[in-house]
Amino acid sequence: MLEVTDLTKAYGRGDAAHVAIDRVSLGIAQGELVSIVGPSGCGKSTLLRCAAGLITPTDGRVVLRGEPVRQVPDGLAVVFQDYGRSLYPWLTVRDNVALPLRRTTRARAARREAADASLAAVGLTGVGDKHPRQLSGGMQQRVAIARALAADPVLLLMDEPFGSVDAQTREDLEDLVLRVRRERDITILLVTHDIDESVYVGDRVIVLTAGPGRVRAALPVNLPEPRDQITTKELPEFVRLRTEVSRLIRGRDGSVEHDGAGQGRSDERRAGSE
Amino acid sequence: MRWLARGLVLVAGVGGWQLWTSAAGSAFFPRPSAIVARMYHLWFSGPAAHLFLTPNATGNILPSLGRVLAGLAIATAIGVPLGIALGRSPAVTGYLNPLLQFARALPVVTLAPVFIVLFKIGTDMEVATIAFGTIWPILLNTIDGAATVDPVQLDTGRAFRLSAGQRLAWVIVPAALPKAFAGFRLSLSLALILMVFAELVGSSNGIGYEMSNASNAFDMTYLWSTIVLLGILGYLLNALLGGAERLILAWHTDKEQG
Repeated sequence: MLEVTDLTKAYGRGDAAHVAIDRVSLGIAQGELVSIVGPSGCGKSTLLRCAAGLITPTDGRVVLRGEPVRQVPDGLAVVFQDYGRSLYPWLTVRDNVALPLRRTTRARAARREAADASLAAVGLTGVGDKHPRQLSGGMQQRVAIARALAADPVLLLMDEPFGSVDAQTREDLEDLVLRVRRERDITILLVTHDIDESVYVGDRVIVLTAGPGRVRAALPVNLPEPRDQITTKELPEFVRLRTEVSRLIRGRDGSVEHDGAGQGRSDERRAGSE
Repeated sequence: MRWLARGLVLVAGVGGWQLWTSAAGSAFFPRPSAIVARMYHLWFSGPAAHLFLTPNATGNILPSLGRVLAGLAIATAIGVPLGIALGRSPAVTGYLNPLLQFARALPVVTLAPVFIVLFKIGTDMEVATIAFGTIWPILLNTIDGAATVDPVQLDTGRAFRLSAGQRLAWVIVPAALPKAFAGFRLSLSLALILMVFAELVGSSNGIGYEMSNASNAFDMTYLWSTIVLLGILGYLLNALLGGAERLILAWHTDKEQG
């Protein structure tokens, strides 16, 4: 489905160049949900933007369904972390969701219908005429997910999608992503700095290390489906995986390699509530 | 209740002015009641079929308003598209910026003699003065607005493969509009000033022309009537713009209210 080979991205040139990701290779199979986890500064977002064709890598290749990615390819959709900035405040919720359909669907009525269906699929009905800022953070991120799903993508890229919402909403949204994945034949690459989240939603967890970002490990997740926020997280296998991911991120000697992935979640929540 | 209190302050202010001018009896400061009576007589005692406007009003107020609107329309028609284009081309704007800043810093009144030579005395010269003076706030604010579109909003447009035209129409222009409106608000006040100035310099009608006549005839009540009229026009135009802004930028003002 998606093949990333020796992907390198450096910002700047010469000695001053900052290498964000260094020879990262990974593959995602059709229908798989892969989570990429790592501390801040490990180049997760750079990796995702390269995969989306939003930025051009310094070296290496991204191939989607056999086609090299040079700009944003067909059948791909992105959910950005910052819903407050990626949803357009001047458009209604419905028009935001219908926006990606402008390319493919000429009739306005058909676009509206598709947008409403997409909103209903993420559990939002009757908010189409509101503006994004009239909704709560969690609802806004649902709108962003509805917009990504509206054009029926085969690959969904999510860049720390739940970083700015509270814990309860975050769990609801994680379950929403899992449900969407079950209902549609969709492949998902989800970038997060939250270890629990990476294990809970993933079929596979790819651990990146910081400065520059490299793949440290790829761990298969063998947890029973459907996953449940309470019972899944009690399973010994879940605890084992999250401990292993945590250890991989923190490094061999157990010290924090970067600025504390373990604290990342609560930090982020505080930042998000400001 | 608050609007009532505010209304009372206005009434008290005008009442105080009335008392003071009555007591002083100065020829230079006519009583507000006399000014209002003269304004009614001059401009607003016409037939109902003409919305009560006298021939004097249609012959002077309307041409003045026409010049303000024409000047602003030209400034907007050039300033907004050019501002969007320059705002999206930082390299070009970098080269042009010294020129823009220089042109903006020129007091437009000093250019009036040039415009008189170029366009002769008359409406063309007056509209040119207004347009040249009002284009800068609109242009520079639109450049700023278009240059500071949130990168996430731009990335989102690309991520959903909007065409360049769609990104312009649905992302860049709406994102730049609040700042363009802020510029337009400045330009509106400027336009009134420049209208009066241009009509004082040379015109055969208009509010500025009336002012000049009143001043030459030492008719102080007439002169004060034109001043009050300009104040009222400025207030009404600003209120109209405010209404348009609330309508077009509802999403933006909502945000400011939290």
